[in-house]
Amino acid sequence: MNPTRLAFIRSTLCRHFDKDPNRARPFEGIKIVDVGCGGGILSEPLARMGATVTGVDAVEKNIKIARIHADLDPVTSTIEYYCTTAEKLVEEDRKFDAVIALEVIEHVANPAEFCKSLAALTVPDGATIISTINRSMRSYATAIVAAEYLLHWLPKGTHEWSSFLTPEELVLILQRANITVREMAGFVYSPLTGRWSLSDDIRVNFIVFGTKNCQ
Amino acid sequence: MPLTKHLNVAIIDSNPALGSRPYFNKEDPPDPRVSTVTPATISFFKDVGAWQYIEQHRHAYFDKMQVWDYTGLGYTRYNAQDINKEVLGCVVENKVLHGSLLSCIENTDFQKTIYPSKLSSMTLPPSPSSLGMDSTSSRPPLSSQRHLAKLELSDGNSLYTKLVVGADGGKSRVRELAGFKTTGWNYSQNAIICTVEHTVENGCAWQRFLPAGPIALLPMGDNFSNIVWTMNPKESTNRKLMNEDEFVKDVNNALDYGYGPHPTSSLFGSGEMFSWPRAGVTLSANDCFEVPPKVVKLASERMVFPLSLRHASDYVSKHVVLIGDAAHTVHPLAGQGVNMGFGDAFALSRVIAEGIAVGSDIGEVTVLKKYEAERKPANIMMMGILDGFQKAYSVDFGPLNILRAAALHGAHFISPLKRSIISYASGEQKLPLFT
Repeated sequence: MNPTRLAFIRSTLCRHFDKDPNRARPFEGIKIVDVGCGGGILSEPLARMGATVTGVDAVEKNIKIARIHADLDPVTSTIEYYCTTAEKLVEEDRKFDAVIALEVIEHVANPAEFCKSLAALTVPDGATIISTINRSMRSYATAIVAAEYLLHWLPKGTHEWSSFLTPEELVLILQRANITVREMAGFVYSPLTGRWSLSDDIRVNFIVFGTKNCQ
Repeated sequence: MPLTKHLNVAIIDSNPALGSRPYFNKEDPPDPRVSTVTPATISFFKDVGAWQYIEQHRHAYFDKMQVWDYTGLGYTRYNAQDINKEVLGCVVENKVLHGSLLSCIENTDFQKTIYPSKLSSMTLPPSPSSLGMDSTSSRPPLSSQRHLAKLELSDGNSLYTKLVVGADGGKSRVRELAGFKTTGWNYSQNAIICTVEHTVENGCAWQRFLPAGPIALLPMGDNFSNIVWTMNPKESTNRKLMNEDEFVKDVNNALDYGYGPHPTSSLFGSGEMFSWPRAGVTLSANDCFEVPPKVVKLASERMVFPLSLRHASDYVSKHVVLIGDAAHTVHPLAGQGVNMGFGDAFALSRVIAEGIAVGSDIGEVTVLKKYEAERKPANIMMMGILDGFQKAYSVDFGPLNILRAAALHGAHFISPLKRSIISYASGEQKLPLFT
């Protein structure tokens, strides 16, 4: 799924920051924070695309792995990794041009507060990108039953279906956090080709791109 | 290709032609080492701006092809107009192909370095999981080359790189050093190649299947043609050594009345049986059998090459990818080998550009596997077809001869089938039939 998520991020951020998408490093000069970075699966490609990247994760082990892997390549060794949360970063008064939190919000206790933290980290007219799983019958069947119990793509209990957000809910809580959603897309998986692609089907996995309102 | 302009490329090739500026004396007779490039390859060359250099040197487009065998039972003629195109392909000397690509890269501004040397050894970096993340001792010595592959050259240079592309031919050293397994077999056949001269210009590609293997006559322009004659090893040694006049006589014999009669214009009465509905009939279905132009002189030395089929079971591993003959070697009977190689090269460059667009590490297997997934099935299918032809034509057995003749007839008169065959061989169509 990662290349597909990156394609969406590349397209929306290039358009928003008026960068040429045909360059190999279009994000030069852009400060991005990857909230819930895990092992760096998103941070590293962003760094290769020229961004100044900060990766944060609440789990110390993930940060350790991310640092070791990133240090292998001089291009990615510039990524700053911290074991912390979005809320703590807000307390430190950090600000970024783009705040990206992929597949995180479905795991937090209070999504509305989380969105407020993400908004606080974003500069005015900056970008906020969130991806998550829709709360729908279809997502119950695919993301939980199929992914966790049948195909074993994820450990059982990774996701709690009742904490999934619908796109409408996500747009609303982002609006309340002063972020206006501009674009939304879905990810679909084709078992025939084994590939993910961007689509307007937001019934299961979806991603939103929003901008912080200027006050 | 703006996405890949920043990549730093090293070309390691001990071929002396790479060192000097490509210059060809137009009075030289054509070099017998030629390639028949398909329209698909021609358009790849045009895309990168290299075809213009080829047009400045000797090259020969052809729009007609005739295939028949020694039994005299059938023949087939193809014309580019059958698929509404102007050419079926172009025959170009290999040195002209090299020269044009070299001129093209010299005129493009990206960082490239040519190392006129050979690869002696290659060390691939260990996978990250073996770097011991739970060791409490200090970090391993900081070497910014830890994640790169190291190549040692015969001239003493050491290079570090993210991606090694093995484009070093059928006996690929990269393939050997990286440990790729191959399957394949040697055909008990050699090919003799040489340039010959006629009194008239040859505008058609001819191929006649003889009991020991096919002989092909390919137009090269200026009354010259290239010969690729497949035969068993003993005959190839004899033919290489026999004097020139005897050899020319042999060639004319092989192309004309030797080994068997000419096919008559049709076997089952006139071709009308297959040519309904009239509207879709190809132009060449009405063509009669023709005898190829007579060879009057041998115009180059005779070179002999052994033939084999080889296929690497994988094209890709971390930091290493194989393209062209290093990944697959085929019989020359359909002129497809180098075209498959160019197809590989263009697919790989596109996959690399797509990977860079989403910030991937170009040495990663996940990126490179996309190239393999695209090219391996196409290459295997073509190899299967070519090998099938080679085996079908290596048996001289009455009923099989008639079956082959019927197939030739079908390929000649059944127009939709003929169009499919031409499109596939020209590189336009991905599958041989029914798309």
